[in-house]
Amino acid sequence: MKMPEEEREVILSQVGEVLKDFRLSRESLIPVLQKVQEKLGYLPVLAMEKVAGDLGIPAVDVFGVASFYNQFRFNPPGENEIKVCMGTACYIAGGKIALDSFERRLEIKEGETTADRKYSLERVACVGCCTMAPVVVVNDKVEGHVTPTRVDGILLGLETGRQNEGTGRDGEGRQNR
Amino acid sequence: MSAEVTLTIDGQQVKAVAGEKLLFVALNNGIYIPHLCAIAEEERPSACCRLCFVEIEGLSRPVTACTQKVRDKMTVRTRTPKVDRLVKTGFELLLSDHRLQCRTCPKNGACQLQMVARERGLKLKTGRFKPLAKDIPVDHSPETFSFDAGRCVLCGQCVHADQNIARVGAINFINRGLKRKIGTFNNRCLRDSPCTECGLCVKACPVGALTFKT
Repeated sequence: MKMPEEEREVILSQVGEVLKDFRLSRESLIPVLQKVQEKLGYLPVLAMEKVAGDLGIPAVDVFGVASFYNQFRFNPPGENEIKVCMGTACYIAGGKIALDSFERRLEIKEGETTADRKYSLERVACVGCCTMAPVVVVNDKVEGHVTPTRVDGILLGLETGRQNEGTGRDGEGRQNR
Repeated sequence: MSAEVTLTIDGQQVKAVAGEKLLFVALNNGIYIPHLCAIAEEERPSACCRLCFVEIEGLSRPVTACTQKVRDKMTVRTRTPKVDRLVKTGFELLLSDHRLQCRTCPKNGACQLQMVARERGLKLKTGRFKPLAKDIPVDHSPETFSFDAGRCVLCGQCVHADQNIARVGAINFINRGLKRKIGTFNNRCLRDSPCTECGLCVKACPVGALTFKT
């Protein structure tokens, strides 16, 4: 995926801005990454390389730390954020099936974002309403008892919702059925 | 600092320099203790392979020999029922996500896992634990060696060689839990990493994960 020049510059300037407030050593790595993610919404490859360069540590060390902690994400959040609950109750009730359905429909893996940045898919651990398992949180709206059919329904709803705003295309949900 | 101490390992009187790590004292005196991750220069060992357990008189439980500094009049036993049990379980856990195809493995005969099995009379089979296949593609991109993560035991010897000896910084541990593996920045292939193909990591690998191309 090629990144537009202006986006590269935004990333580099934002990361540079963040790094001003820190001592440039290995100890600052996690707070720096947190701050960068706070500003950009995710950790782009370019940002991690810049952080590694400025802190004077190998880039792979930055990647190692960032991939260790769940709080860091490598893909930009989508316009619609889909979070599939993988807590115990949801997992038992078929949360994995819901996640698989989303992965198939959106043609991305969990933790990824569609190329058009319309959807991002994440797994979370317990959103606190186990009676409705399996639960999916779509843009902070809780959807309960999510079956693969409901997955289609949710995506269709998001597509048509956008259609009303006049920016979307025809529902992908129907084409692929 | 370099005071000499005398300790007893399996009934054998051994002389060592105070502050040395028990594991290496034993190995230097021809007493084999299974080990994969131990690095002599490391001040604080990761002790992650969980194979070098020994019992020390005065301590209620078995401890890892790589983290213990030798003391004067220490009495150590390398084979006790407790130790054997821990080593057996640790070994089986290591094998459970190791692709066991010794006959086709380039390291066959020189593999440290085979060494442990031979010395301790353990089977090179996953008994109690369900085998957990890691289907990570083999990285053939470097000209002189290959990296097969399916055979990796995550001992960290290659990371030490890369970061502290060669001082290259091409590889490290990435991800967490079952997905943990040795990797490069952004999961690039080794050819696209800062790797200089010095080969130190390949020489450090105790198993068949990093092997020279023939």
